[in-house]
Amino acid sequence: MLELVPRAQPSRRMAWVSPLLALALTALCGVFMFLAVGKSPLQGLAVFFIEPLSSLRGWSEIGVKVAPLLLCSVGLALCFRANIFNIGAEGQLVLGAITAGAFILQFDDGSGSGGGPLMITLALLAGALGGAFWAALVAWLRDRYHANEILVSLMLVYVAQLLLSYLVHGVMRDPDGFGFPQSRLFDQGFLLPVWPGTRLHLGIVLALLAALFAWLLLSRLFAGYRLTVGGLAPLAARYAGFSSRRALWGCMLGSGALAGVAGACEIMGPIGQVTPSVSPGYGFAAIIVAFVGRLHPIGVIFASFIMALFYIGGELSQTRLGMPNAITGIFQGILLFSLLACDVLIHQRLRWRR
Amino acid sequence: MDALAPLIAAAMNAGTPLMLAALGLLINEKSGVINLGSEGMMLVAAALGFALTVQTGSTAVGFAGGAVVGALMAGLFAWLVVWLGANQIACGLALSLFGVGLSASIGLPYVGATIQASTWSVPVLSGIPFVGPALFQHHPMVYGALGLSVLLSLFLYRTRAGLVLRAVGESPESAHALGYPVRRIRLAALLFGGACCGLAGAFMSLVYTPMWVENMVAGRGWIALALTPFATWRPLRVLIGAYLFGGITILTYHMQALGVPIASQLLSMLPYLATILVLVLISRNVDWIRINMPASLGRVFNPNS
Repeated sequence: MLELVPRAQPSRRMAWVSPLLALALTALCGVFMFLAVGKSPLQGLAVFFIEPLSSLRGWSEIGVKVAPLLLCSVGLALCFRANIFNIGAEGQLVLGAITAGAFILQFDDGSGSGGGPLMITLALLAGALGGAFWAALVAWLRDRYHANEILVSLMLVYVAQLLLSYLVHGVMRDPDGFGFPQSRLFDQGFLLPVWPGTRLHLGIVLALLAALFAWLLLSRLFAGYRLTVGGLAPLAARYAGFSSRRALWGCMLGSGALAGVAGACEIMGPIGQVTPSVSPGYGFAAIIVAFVGRLHPIGVIFASFIMALFYIGGELSQTRLGMPNAITGIFQGILLFSLLACDVLIHQRLRWRR
Repeated sequence: MDALAPLIAAAMNAGTPLMLAALGLLINEKSGVINLGSEGMMLVAAALGFALTVQTGSTAVGFAGGAVVGALMAGLFAWLVVWLGANQIACGLALSLFGVGLSASIGLPYVGATIQASTWSVPVLSGIPFVGPALFQHHPMVYGALGLSVLLSLFLYRTRAGLVLRAVGESPESAHALGYPVRRIRLAALLFGGACCGLAGAFMSLVYTPMWVENMVAGRGWIALALTPFATWRPLRVLIGAYLFGGITILTYHMQALGVPIASQLLSMLPYLATILVLVLISRNVDWIRINMPASLGRVFNPNS
């Protein structure tokens, strides 16, 4: 019988191999899933994993999805490292979209001449502030009243989504929009610059910069060191005088602001207006991205690429194979499960015992 | 006065899925494991239960299917968490995210399908004016949930098996030293919790709405998670909390129907805001939670080390 034996040292090699093993396991589950619904597994996997990568358009669409995923997951990786389970990035993203949208609708007079780099920067800042505010509520309730941040941040997701729905049905609705619950389209001057011929927008650059900064923070700055110690050994951190409250506020505000920017980028990029659904669950998928990326700022770049591939692959298998779009969610869930199971091998090894 | 009867009835109905799920989670947590996958298990059970009922025409089959699939998902969680020692928080989140996708695929062909609404009522008692329509014209599962809270209360505090379960949650090391199979007891508790969440999900799609809509559980799995500390891990207090939240949900619908000039979206925020408020109120006093919380909650136990 196979049994698990604790390793004397956590295996560094396994830490790298585990995500790849998890990806392979996910693909294997995919084979069974395609077989179960009577589709050719080879064709299914080709549509899901290979076809998105076979054209420039596919790559640029992946980049469009990487932007919000990476922005959210970089912040979450920092939070989870500090043992702060902010799982409400989706709500913070929605609030960023609301505040950025409100800012743009305030200054966009529809003349076609408004906007410009300054206005775009301010709108992104408005998004960051909105997301940070939503996260600050969680930090405040946790700091002041010890309320569990998992449940509070999650409840605020529902509140944010309802607030968005309320606004686009009300004050943000386009007066000339035949009553559809959406704002008017933003003027060109308020949209993020895009790579010519694609939908790939500035958000991906911001996301990569955020990942780079987070990497610097963790590897070169004392604040990042304090944060890591606080997560790994809370007692040691307290003994050293590292404030856990500062880590809480810093991580929450930072990750909230990044998620808010992600929301702002979505409405100023691919969507171009405020709609009732600004995100297909990027904030939740970012949780998986953060774990698959080993809570490492560079790791999450690769992980968000894989997750974006799942989104595009899911869309393609919907149009090509008639699979339900929810297949993306199933693949995401299986990936996280397999990863968590494979991660066990970092601290333990398998041994055959008769 | 007579207008109040349907309100009470609706509040009981709305509170039942919360109660079922929270009771299951309470047993999980009494054994020392916290399962954040409740939302996912409820969703999958709601979709599968509805699909089975449409296919067979029997709600009993739907409930059974929901309970089984809930237990299966909890079994997967138990294997990862109890045997492999994986992170409970991350695994629970994975289960919930996975459940959202899986339920959407299961339920897709059944969007818009209809089933027969329950017309069952307690004989004799349901004929009493006011009291009958308010309390005695429910689906049997409503009374099942009530009975379950009493039974679990007796089980936890009046039986030997309940004592063992609590011991495992308070100190798995001591329970292990006394020769109790800690991991198998935790597995049993998790399977029971999964089945309860499954019943709760099936109740949503078979009795409460009754239909399947994507993401229809709408955070009730998470609210149920907040109910266990609210009830300081006591089954009978779960009952109170669940009906309280059921009441809040119904109040928001009722205010809409009465034409209160507040947008429906703002009213729908109430249950979520109430959950946050409750969390704040109960968490304010750290010592109180610490006294009542199972001491090993969230900790990995490995008998070999």
